[in-house]
Amino acid sequence: MKLSHLMIAAAALAIPAAASAHRMWMLPSATVVSGTESWVTVDAAVSNDLFFFDHQPLRLEQMKVWQPDGSAGQLQNGSTGRYRSTFDVQLNKPGTWKIGTAMSGVMGSFKVNGEEKRVGGRGGPPRPGMPAPLTVADIPADATDVKLTESSTRNEIFVTAGEPTTTVFAPTNTGLEMAPITHPDELVSGEAAKFRFLIDGKAAANLKVTVIPGGKRYRDAEGAMELTTGADGVLSVTWPSAGMYWLNATATDAKTMTPRATQRRMSYVTTLEVLTP
Amino acid sequence: MRPSSLVLLAGAVSAPAVAGTVTVTVPRLNVAEYHRPYVAIWLEPVGGGAARTLAVWYDVKKKGNEPGTKWLSDLRAWWRKGGRSLKLPADGVSGATRTPGQYTIPLPADIKPGQYVLNVEAARETGGRELVSVPITAAGGRATGKSELGAVAVTR
Repeated sequence: MKLSHLMIAAAALAIPAAASAHRMWMLPSATVVSGTESWVTVDAAVSNDLFFFDHQPLRLEQMKVWQPDGSAGQLQNGSTGRYRSTFDVQLNKPGTWKIGTAMSGVMGSFKVNGEEKRVGGRGGPPRPGMPAPLTVADIPADATDVKLTESSTRNEIFVTAGEPTTTVFAPTNTGLEMAPITHPDELVSGEAAKFRFLIDGKAAANLKVTVIPGGKRYRDAEGAMELTTGADGVLSVTWPSAGMYWLNATATDAKTMTPRATQRRMSYVTTLEVLTP
Repeated sequence: MRPSSLVLLAGAVSAPAVAGTVTVTVPRLNVAEYHRPYVAIWLEPVGGGAARTLAVWYDVKKKGNEPGTKWLSDLRAWWRKGGRSLKLPADGVSGATRTPGQYTIPLPADIKPGQYVLNVEAARETGGRELVSVPITAAGGRATGKSELGAVAVTR
């Protein structure tokens, strides 16, 4: 498979392949609102430059809303355009809401009679003229050179009506997760924020985390901060200025669940709003 | 007794004498589209601790789909430091937005002795936002905003 093809497949599935620099992101219209009459509207897309939708929309099929008590909330007015999806959430209960997706899949290749075939790839509806992608179940018993990688991605944002709460931070203890110490809706420029990262519920030490400010089109440099968590899995970020920031943590290990898979790739994405003091 | 706690204590002792006041100036601005600003006035203990809101001026009467409370979070610093936990309208605290001019409100009589900073934050629709902080000393305090607020004075 050609590289470009792989990149498109990865972006559409929103599973980060090493070859792909495309970033999936969600951008809420606000993260802090007063009262319980307010709505937030969210843009969701996959692109290189943050936060400009110019490549692919993020699909809404898997998008979920968590109310402040942790129960399922409602996504409204969802729409997917050429470059972005948008949807609304009515924040009709006080506290901190979570909005996002958790996706996982298996990608890789195997050989039958010397011919290489690929597993996994593009999600969503079938494309005309293209065969449906093979799955792990399609790998015959006599296959050789089986190379399988599990991928999982969490992409979530937090919005707060009134006083912030923390119920929606409760970890599921599977894969890569963020357990905020500083509330993500209480970020202020010039102040350090701390977030703990977990892999399968345990502190993720020495985890690589990239933090990139939005507004890429209006400056020359990417402006990315390349950070690492400490031994306790805690990341400390000091925000240089107010604005929207994209945060991405990635990890790779060999703790796979799928038979014959050798590697597990995990990614965590969130968008954080930093306000002036 | 440290001088800083002198006046703030004054209300607590029986002599009513001179109560402290805060004077805030809402400036007259020469702009095409003017809306009266939302303003919050609050005290913060210097060593940290709960902020105490003395006044918040907003569109108290606006109801419906977009009630006046919707834009309270635009007073970002006040919102984070305690505004969001305040039940509004609050007696003696919330009030309507003010036209340009000078307004004087009393410092509450029951404030515990200690060091305080008085904060005034203003946010205006189609306009800017400004935060003016005045450390309160024995002599009171004074500061002047640059855009959305004029002189802020604490007397004691």
